Amino acid sequence: MSQSIHVPTMAEMAASGEVPEILFWVGCSGSFDDRAKRITKAIVRILNHCNVKFAVLGAEESCSGDPAKRAGNEFLFQMQAMQNIAVLNGYGIKKVVTGCPHCFNTLKNEYPQLGGEYEVIHHTQLVNELLADGRMTVSGGGDFKGKRITFHDPCYLGRANDVFEAPRAVLEKLDAELVEMKRCKTKGLCCGAGGAQMFKEAEPGNKEVNVERTEDALEVKPNIIATGCPFCNTMMTDGVKNFNKEEEIQVKDIAELIAEAADLL
Amino acid sequence: MISQILFILVFATGIFLFARRAKTIRRNILLGKDVDRSDNRSERLKNLILVAFGQSKMVVRPVSGILHLLVYLGFIIINIEVLEIVLDGILGTHRLFASTLGGLYDVLIGTFELLALGVLVACVIFLIRRNVLNIKRFHSKELTSWPKSDANIILVTEILLMFAFLSMNATDALLQVANAGGAPDAAHYLAAGSFPISQYLVPLFDGLSVNGLVMVERGMWWFHIIGIMAFLVYVSYSKHLHIMLAFPATYFGNLNPKGYMPNMEAVTSEVKMMLDPQADPYAAAPAGSEPQRFGAKDVTDLSWKQLLDSYSCTECGRCTSVCPANQTGKLLSPRKVLMDTRDRLEEVGKNIDLGVEETDGKSLLGSYITEEELWACTTCNACTDACPINLDPLSVIMEMRRYLIMEESKSPESITSMFNNIENNGAPWAFPAADRGKWIDELNA
Repeated sequence: MSQSIHVPTMAEMAASGEVPEILFWVGCSGSFDDRAKRITKAIVRILNHCNVKFAVLGAEESCSGDPAKRAGNEFLFQMQAMQNIAVLNGYGIKKVVTGCPHCFNTLKNEYPQLGGEYEVIHHTQLVNELLADGRMTVSGGGDFKGKRITFHDPCYLGRANDVFEAPRAVLEKLDAELVEMKRCKTKGLCCGAGGAQMFKEAEPGNKEVNVERTEDALEVKPNIIATGCPFCNTMMTDGVKNFNKEEEIQVKDIAELIAEAADLL
Repeated sequence: MISQILFILVFATGIFLFARRAKTIRRNILLGKDVDRSDNRSERLKNLILVAFGQSKMVVRPVSGILHLLVYLGFIIINIEVLEIVLDGILGTHRLFASTLGGLYDVLIGTFELLALGVLVACVIFLIRRNVLNIKRFHSKELTSWPKSDANIILVTEILLMFAFLSMNATDALLQVANAGGAPDAAHYLAAGSFPISQYLVPLFDGLSVNGLVMVERGMWWFHIIGIMAFLVYVSYSKHLHIMLAFPATYFGNLNPKGYMPNMEAVTSEVKMMLDPQADPYAAAPAGSEPQRFGAKDVTDLSWKQLLDSYSCTECGRCTSVCPANQTGKLLSPRKVLMDTRDRLEEVGKNIDLGVEETDGKSLLGSYITEEELWACTTCNACTDACPINLDPLSVIMEMRRYLIMEESKSPESITSMFNNIENNGAPWAFPAADRGKWIDELNA
């Protein structure tokens, strides 16, 4: 059931002298892209349901710099990074959860050297913690009974940072069948959007990467393709459409699946 | 006596040619920029033992992994036999270790024979895999002409060397029998060694006279050792250099999470100055901060580790076979990136050897690697994960992208707009920064 939720910004919290348990770094996709905003809202509903004292930066958040860096623009990346670090350090942020593996990787691995040292986790890790600590339960996962779910590892969560188990542990809480694609975990195939590819046309070839990856998924005949990255979500959704399977196969973020199972949407 | 002098001559020539080449390779690698890989010795040692010596990433693909393990073990262990051959050659002895090692010698020779068979069989299967079976990674564009011949030459040489070793033993065994029967020409073929494999080659030589046997035995002995010395020199000019460089390449490999792309320190100081309202934009640059090129246009802009990687790559193509761009028909092949880096470095090295002062007008980016290849990369790290010795072709691709953007401002149009959007509104798309929180209003709508 939907209920009215207050999403505090850091500015508000600081004004009332409060400190959040964790800062939710929404990311550009999660803030602006209509599909990704649904993921953001699911994460917020989970945080709210578990009474996690969180805040967002709101208009003070800016691009992490990842696409600029991966496209070769180190200047722009570091400009973004240092401005973000100034904001985060200004609020004394200690712990950050991100809704995007690219932000996660950049904040976790590339900000520390520039003066931004935080404990950074991905939202699938946070959801896994909340479930493990009993701060939330999924009520039998009603709608998922008998459904086949396959998880597409985001490169920047999996291979780049060795987070393979948290998203799977979360999915196992659903009363569904978790099926693995032949290329999974360290061998997972990219969706095609990383390295700033999301923002350009693919180079000439004989196939789109997301189509190749969707074929992997179709092989295991899933009802749901689970993702943990807004870019992957877009790419896999387009891939499924390419095969005219959007009626049969849903592409959903793990946060959405859990929010749905806990009846939060 | 003459044969001893001849042997020493052959041996010394081989060592000299190899040492000269090794010096050139070392110099070429050190043309690269400095990068600190002296940290974290224990973890580096662990990688050296597990990944390089232990071949832990090779066996991820079991067929080629186990076959490779056979060749690798055979190569390392049979070298003990080469030590004996070398000492016999210098001292003019025959099977020097037989008398001192006694029963252990039989065990050793027997083991070498089993390993030699393993190497032989594995190399034959490798030849079939490369030339008969349709394995995609052995038929890429970059694996035609010289790289293809190089691989086949190596395999055939290894087969010939193993065959010579086993034939030498087979004739030796026959001569040992002749000696026991009192043949004077076989006098120094004392009973030594056990021949579990070469006994099956005996019928090939059975009809020969004692003199004929001695000729074959000596012939095989010389072929084996000259072959090994020639191979040593050949390897140093070949992709097969990985048998040596895989070890330092793995030891000095990247220990950071794969997602971490190093921040450029030169950029950090400039960005700090730009963001600092107190900074004097007209201040003289601090001493020692000479203008340098951002990113890599040519091999000398890369680090010594990246150049070491290029010489260590044995062109197995596991990286390319998992590359999403390559699998979907794009021009990019991470293997080719490292091969091009090595070929260009060789060219730069030759120019230095010839004393060419002026640049040859060529560069890695442009003459070898195209922008189209660079822009096909998704930075997914499948290539670095697949490399059996932790080489890093991705970092080379990224350095060249940096050059394209920061030195030449060359990027696909949509990438330029992405940069502009980030600069102007803090997001890669053209949404006003003020709308970043709009989803919050929608949440309760």
